[in-house]
Amino acid sequence: MGKMTGAQAILECLKLEGVEIIFGLPGGVLLPLYDAIYDSDIRHIIVRHEQAAAHAADGYARATGRVGVCLATSGPGATNLVTGIATAYMDSVPLVAMTGQVPTTLIGKDAFQEADITGITMPVTKHSYLVKDARDIPRIFREAFYIARTGRPGPVLIDLPRDVTVDELDFHYPDIRLPGYNPNLKVHSLQIKKAAAALMEAERPVLYVGGGVKYSDGHRELLKLAERIKAPVTTTLMGVGCFPEDNPLSLGMLGMHGTKYANYAIQEADLILAVGARFDDRVTGKVASFAPQARIIHVDVDPAEIGKNVRVDIPVVGDAKSALSELAKAVGEKPWSPWNEKVAGWKGEYPLCYATEGESIKPQCVLETLYELCPEAVIVTEVGQNQMWAAQFFTHRDPRRFISSGGLGTMGYGFPAAIGAKMGCPDKEVFDIAGDGSFQMNIQELATAVVNEVAVKVIVLNNGVLGMVRQWQDLFYEKRFSSTTLHRIPDFVKVAEAYGALGLRATEPSQLEGVLLEAIESEVMTVVDVIISPDEKVSPMVPAGASLSEILELEEAVPSREAQRAYAGSSASEILELEG
Amino acid sequence: MLHTIVLIVENRPGVLVRIAGLFSRRGFNIDSLTVGATDNPDYSRMTITVEGDEVVLEQVTKQLNKLVNVIRVSEMDPKESVDRELAIIKVAAKKEDRSEIMQIVSVFRAKIIDVSPRSLIIEVTGTNDKVEAMVRLLRQFGIKEMARTGKVSMVRGTKAVGP
Repeated sequence: MGKMTGAQAILECLKLEGVEIIFGLPGGVLLPLYDAIYDSDIRHIIVRHEQAAAHAADGYARATGRVGVCLATSGPGATNLVTGIATAYMDSVPLVAMTGQVPTTLIGKDAFQEADITGITMPVTKHSYLVKDARDIPRIFREAFYIARTGRPGPVLIDLPRDVTVDELDFHYPDIRLPGYNPNLKVHSLQIKKAAAALMEAERPVLYVGGGVKYSDGHRELLKLAERIKAPVTTTLMGVGCFPEDNPLSLGMLGMHGTKYANYAIQEADLILAVGARFDDRVTGKVASFAPQARIIHVDVDPAEIGKNVRVDIPVVGDAKSALSELAKAVGEKPWSPWNEKVAGWKGEYPLCYATEGESIKPQCVLETLYELCPEAVIVTEVGQNQMWAAQFFTHRDPRRFISSGGLGTMGYGFPAAIGAKMGCPDKEVFDIAGDGSFQMNIQELATAVVNEVAVKVIVLNNGVLGMVRQWQDLFYEKRFSSTTLHRIPDFVKVAEAYGALGLRATEPSQLEGVLLEAIESEVMTVVDVIISPDEKVSPMVPAGASLSEILELEEAVPSREAQRAYAGSSASEILELEG
Repeated sequence: MLHTIVLIVENRPGVLVRIAGLFSRRGFNIDSLTVGATDNPDYSRMTITVEGDEVVLEQVTKQLNKLVNVIRVSEMDPKESVDRELAIIKVAAKKEDRSEIMQIVSVFRAKIIDVSPRSLIIEVTGTNDKVEAMVRLLRQFGIKEMARTGKVSMVRGTKAVGP
């Protein structure tokens, strides 16, 4: 391909990897690279803070399944990416993060804007590279993209000293040779046989599925398997959407803020098939009393996850989709059983519910109404109460339409991730379900969205407090609300307008539907300020460290609309009429 | 319980940091770690002894295998492997103690590699137990300084741990 500079080679690699968009912010050492970007077809989106570049690339990756790419300059630019990289690492998101670096001759000299970013990010990257020779660029980029998207996906960092982007090289895209990296995708047939036999023998099976099913596109195989053996299915936060929640076999989410019936089913199960999930503490509660009667089959592409947190009876290493597909073939059809009846009984008796008295808008109702108005929406969340309500009260039916920072729990993630998701899926409606605390953490990205005409809809569930922490103070710290009241919340409508976005507000229940409709119909970046009470709680709740059997019900009264639909067999519009 | 793990790793900058970082981050205890060249300049060999039960050992092995620069991880079965450690020990040697020290050196098939009026440097090679035993005996004379390489280990017979 002939001689070119390091910077040109980088863009050539990105093109060969099919990259269509980079989220980044320039800086001194990146001048040669940005000069090459000026001539490139790859779209570059300038963010207003590097953290948002990482989150936007992450949201893009989660929504599309492609590798997200972000770019930041040396020193503070690179360190600003760290939270975003850690977020992607905890949730296994394929990301290539490029950082500028001081020239190789100055590395280690505490040069201006120098930071040892490969060192800083080592614990939160799948792999990382410091490029010391321009001739290594093609090999390193090819390896980086391959490592990021294969096996258990994850972020890979490439640190690019300035001189390396200027030096010339003969471009040749080499084959991948990574003797120490062999992602094990193929499942072992003997283990499948054992797992299938266990599933057939089990009287009270539960399928517990996580993000691995989403990342391997295994949701169809999951549905097939579950329907064949009539096994109830519960998902983790990362797995939300992998199994349609309006299916009678769905138990919704399990764990700390999971449904009562999902947690009861886990505690009573005699067999758990865990697929692409990692037995996180927010899922298991007190791990010693998790699923006490169950044998456990664990399918994971990462062998290190098997046996890490719980003992496993039948390990299956491999890709979730192939494992589910093999299992679906290996099992026979099972009838609707007394276990199914028992689970259905729990679903009827303990639906998700919330109190409806009072004058204020109910956040749960915001999500339910949004589902009824725009069921195909992509829901991105911030972190905290908004995130849990979005997981619980929007009916999720497809993978990659619920995007949330699960493992790291990064406030400020949702809005930039929603921008990335919308840029990856311009034809879908993308909502960021936010709190007033989280939204203020990356509110500057309104500029990015407006300038690039990205019509994300942010719904701020505005209670004026850091709601989830306040909820814990309310329940476990005698209502001593230390530092969780924000005192002055900016006028989000005016903020939106100041940035050139559309600002809308709903203060009472009667305005909600109209305002949401207006937001859905809006073709521009829109912020909807929804005023809710600071005393709203996420319910049910298993206190941290407690067993999944010890569930606190914090809100009683009216079952969720999804529960009403499931049991009355009535359509959404009928329920609206009943209430109206 | 102590386990011995042999690693073949790519000979690249930062590999040692990745491995050491993994141990500290995941709360595994390294008892000793040695790194050295192999016959192939592209690869280095590490021997790590790690403290923990079977569950810890399994996690250590799996986590090490995930590192891209790690080519091979094998746990050494003490019955099926040989291991050696080298120590050099500077011991105080008064005139009246010298002959006894030299007797100990001879019993352990160790070597004296430096002599000065008040001290000797002794080189000893052997299993951990042998080195320990020698150190215990020399302590009575006063050990001024000691440097140990940590254990290196190899499987018996024709089987080999290689890239």
